[in-house]
Amino acid sequence: MTALFDWLAQILGILAAVLAAPLFLGWVNQCRAWLQNKSAPSILQPYRGIRKLFHKDAVIAANASQLFRLAPYMVFGAMVTAAAIIPSVATRLPFTQAADAIALVGLFATARVFVSLAAMDVGTAFGTLGARREMMIGFLAEPALLMIIFVASLISATTALPRISELLATQSLALYPSLAFTAVAFTMVLLAENARIPIDNPATHLELTMIHEALLLEYSARHLALMEWAAALKLFNYVCIGFALFVPWGLATSQAPLALALSSLFLGAKLVLAGAGIALIETVSAKLRVFRAPEFLATAFLFAVLGLLVRLLLGT
Amino acid sequence: MTQTLHSPLLLCLLLLTAWGIVGLAGLIRPASVAFAGRTLFPLGAVCGAAVAYVAATSLFAPAEQIVLSIGLPDLPVHLRLDSLSSAFLFLLGAAATGISIFAAGYFRRGEGTPPGLMCLQYHLFLASMGFVLLANDAYSFMLAWETMALSSYFLVTTQHRIPEIRSAGFLYLLIAHIGAIAILLSFGVMQGGSWQFTFDAMRAAQLDPAWATSAFLLALFGFGAKAGLVPMHVWLPEAHPAAPSPVSALMSGVMLKTALYGMLRVTFDLLGEPVWWWGLILLALGLFSALYGVIFAAAQTDMKRLLAYSSIENIGILFSGVGLAIVFAGTGMRIAASLALIAVLYHALNHAFMKSLLFLGTGAVLHATGERNLGRLGGLIHRMPWVAWLTLVGALAIAGLPPLNGFVSEWLLLQSFLFASEVPQAFVNMLLPLGAALLVLAAALAGYVMVKFFGVIFLGQPREAALQEAHDAGIAERAGLAWLAVGCVLLGLLPAQVIALLSRVIQPLGFSGLPLDDGSWWLLVPLPQRQISYAPLVFFAVILVVIVLTIAAVRFFYHQRVRRSDPWDCGFGRLNSRMQDTAEGFGQPIRHLFTPFFAMARELPSAFDPAPRYRVVIGDRIWRGLYLPLGRLVRRIADAVAWLQQGRISTYLLYSFVTLVTLLALML
Repeated sequence: MTALFDWLAQILGILAAVLAAPLFLGWVNQCRAWLQNKSAPSILQPYRGIRKLFHKDAVIAANASQLFRLAPYMVFGAMVTAAAIIPSVATRLPFTQAADAIALVGLFATARVFVSLAAMDVGTAFGTLGARREMMIGFLAEPALLMIIFVASLISATTALPRISELLATQSLALYPSLAFTAVAFTMVLLAENARIPIDNPATHLELTMIHEALLLEYSARHLALMEWAAALKLFNYVCIGFALFVPWGLATSQAPLALALSSLFLGAKLVLAGAGIALIETVSAKLRVFRAPEFLATAFLFAVLGLLVRLLLGT
Repeated sequence: MTQTLHSPLLLCLLLLTAWGIVGLAGLIRPASVAFAGRTLFPLGAVCGAAVAYVAATSLFAPAEQIVLSIGLPDLPVHLRLDSLSSAFLFLLGAAATGISIFAAGYFRRGEGTPPGLMCLQYHLFLASMGFVLLANDAYSFMLAWETMALSSYFLVTTQHRIPEIRSAGFLYLLIAHIGAIAILLSFGVMQGGSWQFTFDAMRAAQLDPAWATSAFLLALFGFGAKAGLVPMHVWLPEAHPAAPSPVSALMSGVMLKTALYGMLRVTFDLLGEPVWWWGLILLALGLFSALYGVIFAAAQTDMKRLLAYSSIENIGILFSGVGLAIVFAGTGMRIAASLALIAVLYHALNHAFMKSLLFLGTGAVLHATGERNLGRLGGLIHRMPWVAWLTLVGALAIAGLPPLNGFVSEWLLLQSFLFASEVPQAFVNMLLPLGAALLVLAAALAGYVMVKFFGVIFLGQPREAALQEAHDAGIAERAGLAWLAVGCVLLGLLPAQVIALLSRVIQPLGFSGLPLDDGSWWLLVPLPQRQISYAPLVFFAVILVVIVLTIAAVRFFYHQRVRRSDPWDCGFGRLNSRMQDTAEGFGQPIRHLFTPFFAMARELPSAFDPAPRYRVVIGDRIWRGLYLPLGRLVRRIADAVAWLQQGRISTYLLYSFVTLVTLLALML
């Protein structure tokens, strides 16, 4: 019976994450519009966009291969898998032990490689340009991400996200300076990996400044909808990883329905704050040139190393 | 009689001899492609599968050894099969099976060396690699080692009419021999005054630390040269691409692993307890090689050179893992050392499958198009779907992406890096995590390289009109590729089973193996006390289910209409295939970011040039900074002593006489 309930909770959790992801994106966009003194689109705008795209006829380049059509499903599948694994609401669900933090990074890398390969498939200048920039951001971000995981694992002696969260959540409010440094690093990686300002501008379609848009240039209709949905889900997933590593308070460590409901409320509140925070960062910073991206991510790496040294030298 | 036939060692011996006989049979009809291809290579593949099977079963048997009194008098051949040898024999057999199946359909008429002779060289190469793994004394080890070097040299120079290939072969032979001398000297140190050159005597010898260190350093130089560790790597990107593709696959996939085997054998078995700081040397060299290899791979425009540099990267990863194991073992952290060693063995196995797969894939492309230059390929996924999709498996695997196999070993290695903070030495425990970051950087760059490799060859539009006539690979070639691809997938999806077997492998080296949790077969829990787990099957299943559900849902709720049209051209209207990124273009961010690594010469055309030419030549700083001065030095010394060569027989007789007198004086 408990096993059945576990699985039910797991599947509900996945569905909730998949359905809530565009809402979170809508919230970020709304906040950003407010901060920039514009009239904001509805918070439901991402859903409308996805719905509209699903209704359209798919137009595919004449020389696109099967890989091009497979990639959106693959990327969406990878993001849903990640959503199943990340302990966003509860730490003891069945799938949470399928991967630790490093394997999650690997899963995101799989999605990235498929997006890039699909972008190269049609063989236009923009697609390959986007692919190479996306892969560049990827290899710059991954070492920083690993250092972040390293620091978290030094505190809890494991790289399993649910165990890290449990340890931090159940302790009486202990402050780790090392985690503060790594949280900064993680925020920078999150912005870079999700094509936000200052690495990429999600609001433009100006070809020469973009990474994410260049990758999706050839996609239309349902394929584009899946890609956009997957991107929203990726942002959601990253934010949830951030919560699990740095602010796990309120996570349910049991499967009692009440605990899960309470934990969902906590998650909602944290998402509202995080969305506003991302919007604020995007409002106060300017987009960097592509070749300044390495400096940005090297800074993130150094912050993570600083966290590591603080942890090793001071033990805090 | 039935007893002896159940001895895995004798069976292995029999199978290796069978490889030799299959090779010799090639001489019956040396000019016949059909005889070698349809009969001998498939036979060799069967032997390979049998070797893999016997090696796998012998993991469960105790180590055994025999002494064969063949060869020179008083120098019998000692052979021994323990689980470390078994693991590498399995690697050899399993990879050779796929490669031989592919080779059965690969060789065509008119490729330099006649097919029958090449068949002999090929199978001699296989058998000698097997004997390297079985040898239990320095004499037979060196004999097999040199046979391996020589037979592969002849295979590299198959197309010996091309001067570049001859010089690549010469460089390979030269460095192989300098390395072999170092290995010989290392054995000389390890016998420790007993003058017994059996490995048993070396195990028993008690060396004082200085001698043990010198033996280790000599072995590192010798095996490092064979493995292509930077800075001894210069031969690798020349020799591997020069060879025919199945041979490149064998060299990169299998032969480099014999060097790893030698390193493990010497460090953990013959020398006994390694000293912890040896590991730091290996770690530094390994990580540098990994980064160096992958950065150069990203800048290559020749698809086989790109793969050769990627081999340097993977060798770097393997040796850094060995270094980590030495650091842990030397500081008494047995569990961490076991984990690192298992990661190394796992990665060796993975690399054998994925690199062979990729090299064979380039072979198929080379046959179909006659082109190795990435700048003249493109769009082949339409013309060669089999090769493209099977190669994609290898590319994703080597990029270290879950749920395929490359990820598992890198994950294990990173997990063992996490033990670094427990190393008692101050500063070392802070530097090691940075090593892990370098490793991740190399792994992530490998992803970049593989996107470039696969994307430029198989995706996009064909860059040359002739590519429209490219044909897919034949049945045998497809089967060989599929064998290796299935290996990659299985090694990726069943890590718990593989690790349970590899735990047996490291036991003779004095490690207890990992405290594996046998609870669930689909979940890998390498270290229960760390509560880490990884379940690639869940990845696979969930992704698959989501894909199927999404496709079904899209079809049910919406429609499946698809319209084909031209790619979007931004209103320009004259897009052509030359406007895609070239291989140079794809490598440009790497050249920009890692400028200090390259010795680069560029010709940038001016904007008003009527016939603009863009040229970039990427050189290796180590070649210019180390090898060319060394070569000049050797030449100068040779010139200086050349006056000894007078060309008169009386002078030479005088030399002999003086030598004899000196020796006599010394002896008396």
